[in-house]
Amino acid sequence: MLGYLARRMLATIPVMAIVALFVFSLLYIAPGDPAAIIAGDQATPADVERIRAGLGLDRPFLIRFGEWVWHVLNGDLGVSIFTNLPVTRMIQQRLEPTMSLMVLTLILSIAIAVPMGVLAAWNQGTWIDRVIMVLAVFGFSVPVFVVGYILAYVFALELDWFPVQGYTPLARGFGPWLNNLVLPSVALGGVYIALIARITRATMLEVLGQDYVRTAKAKGVGSRTILFLHALKNAAVPIVTVIGIGVALLIGGAVVTESVFAIPGLGRLVVDAILRRDYPVIQGVVLLFSFVYVLVNLGVDLLYTVFDPRIRY
Amino acid sequence: MKRRELLATGTAAAVGSLAMPRLSAAQGARVLRFVPQANLSSLDAIAGTQYVVRNASLLVWDTLFGVDSNLVPKLQMAEAYEASEDYKTWTIRLRPGLKFHDNEPVLSRDVIASLNRWMVRDTMGQRIKASLDAMEALDDRTVRIRLNKPFPKMLFALGKSNAPVAEIMPERIAKTDPFQLIKEFVGSGPMVFKRDEWVPGSAAVFEKFAGYDPRPEVADWLSGGKRVMFDRIEWLILPDDATKAAALQNGEIDWWENPVPDLVPLLKRNRNVNVDIADPLGNIGSFRINHLHPPFNDPRVRRAVMMALSQEDYMRAVVGDDALWKPLPSYFTPGTPSYSEAGGELLTGPRRYDEAKKLLAEAGYKGEPIVLCVATDVQITKAQGDVTADLLQKIGMKVDYQALDWGTVGARRAKKEPPSQGGWHIFHTWHAGADCINPAPYTAFDAGGDKAWFGWPKSDAVQAGIAAWYDAPDAAAEKAAVADLNKTAMEFVTYIPTGFFLGYQAWRKNVSGVIKAPFPVFWGVQKT
Repeated sequence: MLGYLARRMLATIPVMAIVALFVFSLLYIAPGDPAAIIAGDQATPADVERIRAGLGLDRPFLIRFGEWVWHVLNGDLGVSIFTNLPVTRMIQQRLEPTMSLMVLTLILSIAIAVPMGVLAAWNQGTWIDRVIMVLAVFGFSVPVFVVGYILAYVFALELDWFPVQGYTPLARGFGPWLNNLVLPSVALGGVYIALIARITRATMLEVLGQDYVRTAKAKGVGSRTILFLHALKNAAVPIVTVIGIGVALLIGGAVVTESVFAIPGLGRLVVDAILRRDYPVIQGVVLLFSFVYVLVNLGVDLLYTVFDPRIRY
Repeated sequence: MKRRELLATGTAAAVGSLAMPRLSAAQGARVLRFVPQANLSSLDAIAGTQYVVRNASLLVWDTLFGVDSNLVPKLQMAEAYEASEDYKTWTIRLRPGLKFHDNEPVLSRDVIASLNRWMVRDTMGQRIKASLDAMEALDDRTVRIRLNKPFPKMLFALGKSNAPVAEIMPERIAKTDPFQLIKEFVGSGPMVFKRDEWVPGSAAVFEKFAGYDPRPEVADWLSGGKRVMFDRIEWLILPDDATKAAALQNGEIDWWENPVPDLVPLLKRNRNVNVDIADPLGNIGSFRINHLHPPFNDPRVRRAVMMALSQEDYMRAVVGDDALWKPLPSYFTPGTPSYSEAGGELLTGPRRYDEAKKLLAEAGYKGEPIVLCVATDVQITKAQGDVTADLLQKIGMKVDYQALDWGTVGARRAKKEPPSQGGWHIFHTWHAGADCINPAPYTAFDAGGDKAWFGWPKSDAVQAGIAAWYDAPDAAAEKAAVADLNKTAMEFVTYIPTGFFLGYQAWRKNVSGVIKAPFPVFWGVQKT
């Protein structure tokens, strides 16, 4: 297992190197110019040219790429072209809100979706199953921002239960932190709940048709024990896989959710950076997202062994 | 340790160690929550000319002179000044006791370094620099500027609100290359920028500067006593317009600088919200033409488009609300002292599509595609671009509509290559009316060829007219010069104004003292 872990960690190095090259090249050939944005609308073309030269953006690709890689290898993601702040600091500022949103959404989604899926499978073909599946289709179909606006209108503007926007750091108390995150998490969790509920239902249906479940029923084992102790554990591998894949969905969804609820997270940071062509920030955040995704996949692979002892690496 | 305990400990440690945004709760403090027009990504109003940067910088830095709401420059950091009869020598004395936010005194050397940096970037500053014999410190509080040519507009240059603003910084900061952003934000203005609380793209915080000594006069735009009634002003960057509207209605923000027209009716219906015009000087829509390449290098083609262009179509698409716009047969801001409509006849009356087609044929236009670069992520440019596509087709031009984001248009417009090789024919933008009150801050009006703004218009007649305005000794002469200039530029078609339009601002009813200006004026604003 340890050998496997070491091999997988080593394998992240070429993956990250390819991501780095890809991102840098993409930004190099993409149209847009941060110098023009810094200069503002009143600046003349000559002003823009001078600012570009000052930023070193007129230098050849290989030199810029080499410099950037060297700095990254030394743990330095560079400095924002606009704010002059280190990219690592900007990422640190934004990490907690995004992590909070993702973790809360994940907890909420699993807590709601898995029982929903199990319930639908156990009651296959009944009205319960149909209602749950209709809700799942709804969750898939309605865009995150629409759900966000509706939630904000009802629960913030009309009922005044939650704030419309913003984020309170956890350090200022669990209550205020949660208060700011409830609506965004519910909005973001819709798609995720639908995805997990459907896969849980499908996998559970397959497992519930197995001989050992019939045997357990014949032996008089209670429904709850059959469902949660025997069947769910054996259905867990595909569910965990979907949860892992869903992290990518969450990262994408977080960009929209953070904008609608004005949460100062990484999603907004990278969108703002893309719009302004703040290259060091884009590169830094994409590298981080890639690394997180690689780690999540590794975590999912390791979880397989927990749920299915027959899997060995 | 059990797995569950390990997990709990690890999570707690991870969460605890994360750096987090430190926007203060500021309990008990008088706080104003303001939503600016755009993300504040830097604070250097010399290296960058973005309006949002200029607006923030006005809180942090002060100026020697400041224009009032009549656009007349008044004493600000300056206690007094003296001009020689020939306007070649200007002596300026600083008020006593001026301090920077690091509690260092403001000295003549800071003024000299700041003006030297500003002169490189500002059009008026460049004219001063071109005739500058010396700028010298007579003592710690007195600076003398000696020129070899008269420059009667010195006070306006040093006190105008147009970017780059002649803000006074400590000498060590002002020595930064004017084409590079400064890294330290120390001014002598009424508010201190809290760099440690800055979360770019989310929040910027300004705290009252205890060492600021406001002038005794009543504040009026950039002049008079800048008395800020808040301990903190928090600029909150909310990316979504619907969220901003909801936050204002819910009392989570106090003041929104530029609500989008679509949401204004909703805000007007809310009894806790005030909505009013933001900037009386408004904006001028711009149909920017590339003068370097056919067919627009021929003035007949530019005039053909102008005679067919309906400003009403543009303005209805941009702002909709008829109370917010008016036709503008001029390059200059209506209602300002030098305003003139001389030569603007081509933009008035019924549109002349047939005549335009005839003129295009006469100019030899043969259906080459016209590259129209439209920033579709900015509502004002998108609306103008759509109207232009329709207009050009109406007069028989073939349109290559390129939907881009503003970042791409910003880079693309600097390309001088032919449109078929990555260049462009037309892009849209708009100019703040405050920048179009006269030719001095009006970068887009210049027709100096290679040195002109994007599109590189070249007209010796326009340039001569601008020089005549600079030499005008009084207001009457300035007005005459602007009338001549407007006529000349209309004939040449430097660019095509698509109309004059205003914008709204909105604030909570418990906030008072919000005034109309080309920039948000925080001094005098109160909250109950």
